[in-house]
Amino acid sequence: MNRYTERIYNGVIKENPTLVLMLGICPTLAVTTSAFNGFGMGISTLVVLVMSSLFISLLRNVISDRIRIPGYIVIVASLVTVVQMLLQAYIPVLYEALGIYIPLIVVNCIILGRAESYASKNTIILSILDGTGMGLGFTAALTIIGMVREIIGAGTIFGFPLNQISPFSFEYEPVSIFVLAPGAFFVLAGLTAVQNKLMLPSATNGKARKTKGRAKKGENEE
Amino acid sequence: MKELLLILAASALVNNVVLSQFLGLCPFLGVSRRIETAAGMGGAVIFVITLASAITSLIYNYVLIVLNLAYLQTIVFILVIAALVQLVELFLKKHSHSLYKSLGIYLPLITTNCAVLGVALINVQREYGFIKSVVNGFGTSLGFTVAIVIMAGIRERIETNEISESFQGYPIVLITAGLMAIAFFGFSGML
Repeated sequence: MNRYTERIYNGVIKENPTLVLMLGICPTLAVTTSAFNGFGMGISTLVVLVMSSLFISLLRNVISDRIRIPGYIVIVASLVTVVQMLLQAYIPVLYEALGIYIPLIVVNCIILGRAESYASKNTIILSILDGTGMGLGFTAALTIIGMVREIIGAGTIFGFPLNQISPFSFEYEPVSIFVLAPGAFFVLAGLTAVQNKLMLPSATNGKARKTKGRAKKGENEE
Repeated sequence: MKELLLILAASALVNNVVLSQFLGLCPFLGVSRRIETAAGMGGAVIFVITLASAITSLIYNYVLIVLNLAYLQTIVFILVIAALVQLVELFLKKHSHSLYKSLGIYLPLITTNCAVLGVALINVQREYGFIKSVVNGFGTSLGFTVAIVIMAGIRERIETNEISESFQGYPIVLITAGLMAIAFFGFSGML
């Protein structure tokens, strides 16, 4: 694996922003009422993340170190405004569904986090790939959480009723609490509990850091 | 007056900012270990959000609308909030040292609290004037404080309980939050 594909792998699997690093919890819980909404939010964030990585990497030698954070915020906020206008014009359904959470992409810590820790120090191509990887990881996680909530809470998947698309027909009474606010907490609780049980790396059980330390140790020993 | 009271109750209880709108979850999960720290965070949030909704409302209604620049709201609001938190910190450090000491460490954390920007945007979305914006901001932050203090109280209690291994730490806190969200659902019949 060369260092370009490694960036994508890192974002989607190894340091998945939602499932491993536990960043951006607010949008994760708020918009995943259906698989489509989760996917839409993921893609919107992906676009902002890729563009902000591009611009911040491009301007990394121009922006003075002392005012870099306000500088990044202005860049990200401008990009979010553009994305918001595009959604309003071309995908009004998604614009209505995501509502206030679109402008709130500005305060999604994944974006500023990647800007500060990666794009401000690396070349343009690598930064774009890093943003793409992180964005894809975020999209995948949100779509999956949205799918789980939609299947349990509404009995549909991407809007299609389950008992119509499955080969055998059955009656399903949706547990509607899963598409309401409390369900979001329960699904995330279940997810982190499974991660704890299987000892998977996650920021919530401190394993994300530990495995990193172990990996470094292993490298030294080699 | 009745309308203002309705806005206050709706923003504090019915549409609780943390438990039904999912804004400000990071401090809600991060600073809710002890009741005192939770109350300190709540106080700082009330202070900043009320002030921020007053200022963003003035800027939106008397600058952005007048100049026909409403589409710049996100950029302007986030910069105003970041600058405001810095200013408040400097001001308190100089003039009210006791308040600065009690809010001190929580103030910089608030810039990253998405509830502040969220309230400013909700005020614009609902076309609230100055007074209504301030009331909505105060109500929202009051709701945040209520939720985080209750959460801290519960977490202090369950610390000594036996919890199955895979649910220790985050999962049990999230389950608690989910149950609290169900309880707050009861308020939705109120209005």
